[in-house]
Amino acid sequence: MILSLLILNKAGGLVYHRDFSNTFTKLSSNDYLVLAGTFHGVHAITARLSPFGPSSGGTPSSGLEVMESEHFRMQCFQTLTGTKFLLFTEPQQPNVDVILRRIYELYADYVMKNPFYQIEMPIRCEAFDRHLMAYIKPKQ
Amino acid sequence: MSATKAARMGEEVWKTRIDKVNAELVTLTYGSIVAQLCKDYEGDYLEVNKQLDKMGYNIGLRLIEDYLAKTAPQRCVNFRETAEMIARVGFKIFLNITPTVANWTSDNKQFSLVFEENPLGDFVELPDDGRAQNELWYSNLLCGVLRGALEMVQMQVDAHFVSDTLRGNETTEMRVSLVRYIDDELPQSED
Repeated sequence: MILSLLILNKAGGLVYHRDFSNTFTKLSSNDYLVLAGTFHGVHAITARLSPFGPSSGGTPSSGLEVMESEHFRMQCFQTLTGTKFLLFTEPQQPNVDVILRRIYELYADYVMKNPFYQIEMPIRCEAFDRHLMAYIKPKQ
Repeated sequence: MSATKAARMGEEVWKTRIDKVNAELVTLTYGSIVAQLCKDYEGDYLEVNKQLDKMGYNIGLRLIEDYLAKTAPQRCVNFRETAEMIARVGFKIFLNITPTVANWTSDNKQFSLVFEENPLGDFVELPDDGRAQNELWYSNLLCGVLRGALEMVQMQVDAHFVSDTLRGNETTEMRVSLVRYIDDELPQSED
């Protein structure tokens, strides 16, 4: 079961939020913004915690990727442009990375290629919603 | 990633994941844009170059996501690898051409893309007004695309054409120089 998708822009602002299930308690919309901002900060910290960072000749760490609890699993996929996709699922959900990659493709197609979408701004693209739902629904 | 591996990746993605459109449609659409700009700016070709670059820049900012989503590449470890990926994957999947990477400077910060073919320029003859041949860079949109796309992956570059077969030069060559890596995500470290 896929629970929720959040998309964060480069600056850590929440630009998209969608729930796919009614089984959990919702936060207020302001709390989602705070959650996104907090995650952005935590992610930046975790990216610098790696002992094999650039200063020791390694590649930069990607930062926090997965957080698991008894009730949910949160996976973060950060693109090379700095956009973050956070997917909340039930812990036993398989192939989360495949799902995230597919969502990224939908984003590239229906958000970025929409000439009237302004980069870094909140996503209000009906075609994206539609294709996202069509992709997620059969998996539930 | 080695050049041959990049070439294979470009080929694979182009074959399996890219929707194709008629090449003439692209050529004619681009042609009418450039012709219209020349009309709108009353033959001020320097301004046309600038506008094409700007339009390309806005395309690049968006197109990079498509490139990343479709190819799922690793981060390039140096600018040489970036050049190979641009030529063998980027140009391959979007235009089905593979310009040659050449003329590196010794500091590995500048290279040329030499275009043996350029779908944008098919059927084109520059206006015979004695200026277009010296002033207009017909395919200047491509420079903007590279600049915009690379900026999104933290590289500030300068890209410009230095020769064009449409002007009667022997080759079509774009010069790309790395200005700097943009480190905007992390704040300045305190040590």
